[in-house]
Amino acid sequence: MNVIETKNLKKIYSQGEIQVNALNDVSINFKQGEFTAIVGPSGSGKTTFLNTIGGLDKPTSGNVMINNLDITKLRANKLIDFRLKNIGFVFQSYNLIPVLTAKENIEFIMLMQGYSQAKRNERALGLLDAVGLSNESKRRPGQLSGGQQQRVAVARALASKPKFILADEPTANLDSTSTKNLLDIMYDLNRKEKMTFIFSTHDQRVIDRAKRVITLEDGKILSDKTT
Amino acid sequence: MRQIIKIAWRNVWRNKLRSFIVIASMVLGLWSGLFSASMMFALNNQRINSAIKSQLSHMQIHHPSFQDNYDVKYQINSLNEVLKALDTNKKVNSYSTRIVLSGMASTARGATGVKLIGTDYVNEKNITDIHSSIVKGTYFSGGTSRQAVIGQELAEKLKLDIKKSIYLTFVNENGAQERLKLKVVGIFKSGNSMFDGSNIFAQKNYLDKVFGKEGVIHEIALVCNDVAQAKELKDELLVAFPNNKIELWSEISPELGYANEMLSIFLYIFMIIILIALSFGIINTMLMAILERKRELGVLMSVGLNKPKLFLMIALETLFISLVSVPLGVFISYMSISYFGDVGIDLSMVEKGLEQFGMGTRLYTELYLDYYINITLLTFLLTFISSLFPARRALKLEPAVAVRSI
Repeated sequence: MNVIETKNLKKIYSQGEIQVNALNDVSINFKQGEFTAIVGPSGSGKTTFLNTIGGLDKPTSGNVMINNLDITKLRANKLIDFRLKNIGFVFQSYNLIPVLTAKENIEFIMLMQGYSQAKRNERALGLLDAVGLSNESKRRPGQLSGGQQQRVAVARALASKPKFILADEPTANLDSTSTKNLLDIMYDLNRKEKMTFIFSTHDQRVIDRAKRVITLEDGKILSDKTT
Repeated sequence: MRQIIKIAWRNVWRNKLRSFIVIASMVLGLWSGLFSASMMFALNNQRINSAIKSQLSHMQIHHPSFQDNYDVKYQINSLNEVLKALDTNKKVNSYSTRIVLSGMASTARGATGVKLIGTDYVNEKNITDIHSSIVKGTYFSGGTSRQAVIGQELAEKLKLDIKKSIYLTFVNENGAQERLKLKVVGIFKSGNSMFDGSNIFAQKNYLDKVFGKEGVIHEIALVCNDVAQAKELKDELLVAFPNNKIELWSEISPELGYANEMLSIFLYIFMIIILIALSFGIINTMLMAILERKRELGVLMSVGLNKPKLFLMIALETLFISLVSVPLGVFISYMSISYFGDVGIDLSMVEKGLEQFGMGTRLYTELYLDYYINITLLTFLLTFISSLFPARRALKLEPAVAVRSI
């Protein structure tokens, strides 16, 4: 079953008088439980593609269907609500909320979804345990290493029980040990909970673990390989 | 909501120095505004109290036409009934009956227009504080002598001193000019140089002799047990004696009666100007805070913080700054106003100027409770308005762009 379907997706950025085709007629599907890496050189459209299927960017034309709902037609506040309930994000720079502790960062999304205090507490501790940070729950992001912060970011992305997780270069700022740990965690979640992961990456270690690798160049799909 | 409050509160203290500077500027702004207002109110009230104690009293009764041109033939109607009513009314603390002549005072050194007030000096002591404002000589000592107590300003103007004679020319009941010779026994200084320069007090008994009859009364000045009862007493007396003119101090001197209201409006405008200036400081700080946290706000929007909640968060951050600074500013203002309300501020360096306005040289600061409340509410309102512009900037952020910002 397709979780995400894009049809003739185009995104054109205007830089003065020059128009840049960030996405050029991209039509592709993602199934439940995929572990996909989107690769390509800088400027190939990887981040734009993730932002578009994540509802952060509006395409110039084309459609993004998530569970048969065209999110390009949703109004801003509906889209925020949709993202809250369906999509988990992991950013290159972790982007945790600096004034909240690791546990509070994870709880934050559940709080906005209206989870009870008891449920939030239970799930946040469970997720921290899953990413190996149960002892760091009261630390703020500034007191955690880059690898630990990214693991909290993964736990935060999982907190809302999303349909899929979009991760934009999640290992770009991590050392090899942290990268391996993070990939192990995500791979386990994918295997055990059938969680769909879509990465944009340059990192060969991520590409090696991916079950499907899509190569973008100049906003077009150059190849789509499943291992 | 709790989480939004928590984030907003912690955001305020992320940059402690910046928050401290904003809070300090708000505290200082509020204090300077409120303390200045308390000084202005104190000056005004001192002027009013000085006028009430030295000349106006709480209420005055005249013949309806007397004050048109101080014609001596216009004496109080139904005098005995009026006095009887005042003697029996429990709202009346004391009163003084007066003969009032408007004329020209002259000496060998000059002449000036004056008001001669003939009083029963024993009763007058309960109405005005002239007896305690004597700076040279003595107050009246009784009898029917030609004693006069004059203001210091008049004494200087006419080069008069104790034991010197002063001549007063006025128009009598028949329209003929009459001349009186009085001897200065005391010089007073009421704190209002205009009053001191144009008023002479004499003994009513002596003036009775001049008129050739007793019971000539042009003015009754009275003091109530409580100034708040004055309006009620006036209404009662008006019903009983409609053929007399009865006025409260605020009606005799409307410029003083409206002074506090006028001042209050002026001071609100003054405070609003200060608060608007402070608002720009808040807007600037909040805008900086938002620009610095662009990426974080982008993340919050990406993960599902909707626009109303984002707006609430920014508004709360601003509100928290004012929740810390406004009570602190009001408290410091209250403490300093209370302190200087007790010990006073010495303004003797500008004594001459203050006297022109009927004010003393020691200023006892005071500020009304409603002023504190209104300024507090106004500050919160302006703070909220200040949060709108930064919040609007935050709402305009595009999450995809904001998360990539440095």
